[in-house]
Amino acid sequence: MLVVNGLVKRFGGFTAVNNVSFEVAEGEILGLIGPNGSGKSTIFNMLSGTFPPSAGSILFDGGEIAGLPPHKIINRGIGRTFQIPRPFRRLSIFENVALAGYYGQGSHSLAKANDSAEKALAMVGLPTDRRASVDGLGAAGLKKLELAKAIATGPKLLLADESLGGLDEAEMDQAADMLRKIRDELGITIIWVEHIMGVLMRVVDRVMVLDHGEKISEGLPSAVSSDPRVVEVYLGTDAHMTQAAAAEARR
Amino acid sequence: MKSPVASPVSFRQIVPWVVGVALIALPFVYRDPYHLHILVLILIWSFAYTSWSMMGRFGLVSLGHGGFMGVGAYVTALLWNHLGLSPWIGIPIALVCAGALALIVAYPCFRFRITGHYFALVTLALSGIVLQIITATRDYTGGSLGYTPDRTKGSHLVALQFDDKTTWYLIALGVWGVGLLIWRWVDRSMDRYALEAISEDEDAAAAAGVNVTFEKLKITVISALMTALAGALYCQYQMFISPDTVSGIAVSLQMVFAVVVGGIYVALGPTVGAIITIMLAEGLRIGFGTKAVGWDNLVYGVLLVVFIIFLPKGILGSLLERIKPSSKR
Amino acid sequence: MQSFLEIFDIYLLEAMVNGILLGGVLALLALGLNLIFGVIDVTWICYAELVMIGMYGMYYLVQYYGLPYYAAAPLTILLVAVLGALLHYLVIAPLLGAAPINQLLATGGVLFVLQSFATVAFGIDFRNLGIRLPVLQFAEMHFSYSRLLSFLAALVGMVVIYLFMTRTYTGTAIRAIAQDRQIMALMGVDTKRIYLVTSALGGALAGLAACLLVLQYDVHPFVGLSFGPITFLICVLGGLGNFVGGFVAAFLFAEIISLGGLFSDLEWGYVLAFAFFIVMMFIRPGGLLARRQ
Ligand SMILES: Nc1ncnc2c1ncn2[C@@H]1O[C@H](COP(=O)(O)OP(=O)(O)OP(=O)(O)O)[C@@H](O)[C@H]1O
Ligand SMILES: [Mg+2]
Repeated sequence: MLVVNGLVKRFGGFTAVNNVSFEVAEGEILGLIGPNGSGKSTIFNMLSGTFPPSAGSILFDGGEIAGLPPHKIINRGIGRTFQIPRPFRRLSIFENVALAGYYGQGSHSLAKANDSAEKALAMVGLPTDRRASVDGLGAAGLKKLELAKAIATGPKLLLADESLGGLDEAEMDQAADMLRKIRDELGITIIWVEHIMGVLMRVVDRVMVLDHGEKISEGLPSAVSSDPRVVEVYLGTDAHMTQAAAAEARR
Repeated sequence: MKSPVASPVSFRQIVPWVVGVALIALPFVYRDPYHLHILVLILIWSFAYTSWSMMGRFGLVSLGHGGFMGVGAYVTALLWNHLGLSPWIGIPIALVCAGALALIVAYPCFRFRITGHYFALVTLALSGIVLQIITATRDYTGGSLGYTPDRTKGSHLVALQFDDKTTWYLIALGVWGVGLLIWRWVDRSMDRYALEAISEDEDAAAAAGVNVTFEKLKITVISALMTALAGALYCQYQMFISPDTVSGIAVSLQMVFAVVVGGIYVALGPTVGAIITIMLAEGLRIGFGTKAVGWDNLVYGVLLVVFIIFLPKGILGSLLERIKPSSKR
Repeated sequence: MQSFLEIFDIYLLEAMVNGILLGGVLALLALGLNLIFGVIDVTWICYAELVMIGMYGMYYLVQYYGLPYYAAAPLTILLVAVLGALLHYLVIAPLLGAAPINQLLATGGVLFVLQSFATVAFGIDFRNLGIRLPVLQFAEMHFSYSRLLSFLAALVGMVVIYLFMTRTYTGTAIRAIAQDRQIMALMGVDTKRIYLVTSALGGALAGLAACLLVLQYDVHPFVGLSFGPITFLICVLGGLGNFVGGFVAAFLFAEIISLGGLFSDLEWGYVLAFAFFIVMMFIRPGGLLARRQ
């Protein structure tokens, strides 16, 4: 359903994503991993239209979407979360999600918005109370809210920038289960971004590995984790250290 | 997404109707022309300030509204004097001009993410430029000396010129009421949530599917049209306009001042702001006569600074917050 | 036909040179605003009104107290520098934690205050220094001596600022803060003092501009309105806080105003400059010097 070809993003003279091509099949969960700064979020930003690619094409359901403004892409069925949650603090939790339900589906129907907000909130396990304030949410709650917002836009493809550093093992397992549930129950195809391999490998159907903006490996989790280039990138840097560093950087 | 109302047919639902009827009845009971005059001014300016706050409450701080108001007033008057076009046609044309101006300036701003300071400065320049144009075309507009629409020799209704204060009071009251209704309509629509979201984080709003540029343009054009209408009405009522009273940076700042004083996030905030500013100006004028020239703005300026530092939510906003501290921030 | 073209060319050249001369003062104003924005992250929309007060300062010192021009100028610069520091201390400092737009609006309040103060204290008459500098004639072109003088003085002013920013400890600290606010505070730089110095410096630049503008224009309480908006456009086009961008944009705008004024009134030059600005926003939305993506 998604065919990406020769995607490039330059910031000034710096190339953050260099000639990356890949495909995503309907119904799969594709894992996208790579160390800090390898260009994962940048790829998401291009897929979701937050900024246009410097070069390359993105075909979604057969149509070119590279360079389209974000609202058009969302309306075509690509939802996204942000790595660092970006809730609207002046709106309640419910209003946050209903907003995404209203504008994200392009139908602009209030009833449908409320309905999809309720479903999305129930799916991620947040209260559907209409007044509850965002301020009461902790780190994990905000991540759930991000997911609920993305789901409420009624996507066919979900770009989940999780990078779960900062969560413990149990919380990570929970998040992984959540993504699998979203795929299984709602039939949403998912690209899941992460910089450590741990949990991700257990859930995804396929993995793609980025390093310094380039794709260095792709395939089944078992094959990728024994790929010498991936081992080289990940071995020297202890997985736990990467995680700790990421948690630190987020502060 | 209406929030549940506390009690069934509450006190709060009846009050607007009672006040509305009382306001309509007022000029038939109380006819003092001076006081009616002040009320008409308050209503027209309240409407203008309300239109400013339609944008301002969403962090879209425009200092270009002096420009829109000037366009509304001058286009209407010029069409009447030079082409004999009735304000009933002239005002819509003036509104179209103001809307077009708003689009031309705001579109590139929004499209290219010119926000905050940048937006304020660009729109500030806009009101400066409108003033310059009015001054530069002094052969038609009378320049800084001001401009008077010709007195009609025919129908007062066609010319939208009325001598009695009661008629004007009712017109101004109607327009003011419509302004509040538009405010309420936006306040209850999904657009409000979209604009709140945009004012916090444009990228995240876009990722929720909001067409950021379009939403901002929509509210800007609504706001500009309302402001231009206020300008046209002011012109028809006062039968005299000058660049300084309906256009330019000073008028833009005056709007900001009134709204900040009254309260930017509440529907009646701009109205409270208009009452305070106009009473202040009149008080100074009566107290000090011609010596008051300049003093009113001096007081405005000092108050604006003091309010922004000590009471940024305005008088009404802060009062309401006191009364129901449990409500949203 | 031939002779017509020649005359036209002369006028065109004259207008262009005048544009460059005007650009000097505009660049000075833009530098002051950019300095304050770059370091403190606020926009003084009353900047042109500070210049107006400075022009009155010059007028009173020269006309009323009979000081010679060159003695009045440093006093005026000092006066406006103090005003700048006061503005920061009284209005901006209490608002540093508030929403940025509140700071901008508060300076709007100051704009009101300064304008009406001038109206109340000095009246609305147009006043001038009564100094008539000669007109220079050069190959059939006429240039006002005062413009040339202001241009040179503006350049000198900018060079002095440049030296201050690169050669002194305080200047280096100011540049560092403009780069990264948090880090410098952590490194023990006294940001409060730096902000105050920067504000005084911005005021001093407005004072210098006042000394120069008063040679060319009459002063009245609303004189700020005739060059304030243009200065803001220059800063936005050049990129707020971008010194080089502001410099380039100042000369571009000055040329447009000057050439636009060639064909009709000066006001139309301003209108042309605004139209140019709108067009430029489409072509170079990131500012004049931004790299195209
Ligand atoms: N808007 C931007 N402007 C300039 N450089 C950017 C921008 N966004 C990202 N970059 C740079 O591009 C590179 C890739 O960043 P990206 O955020 O895509 O990495 P990532 O793989 O998501 O990293 P992480 O695992 O830490 O989230 C980084 O070096 C980053 O500094
Ligand atoms: Mg990332």
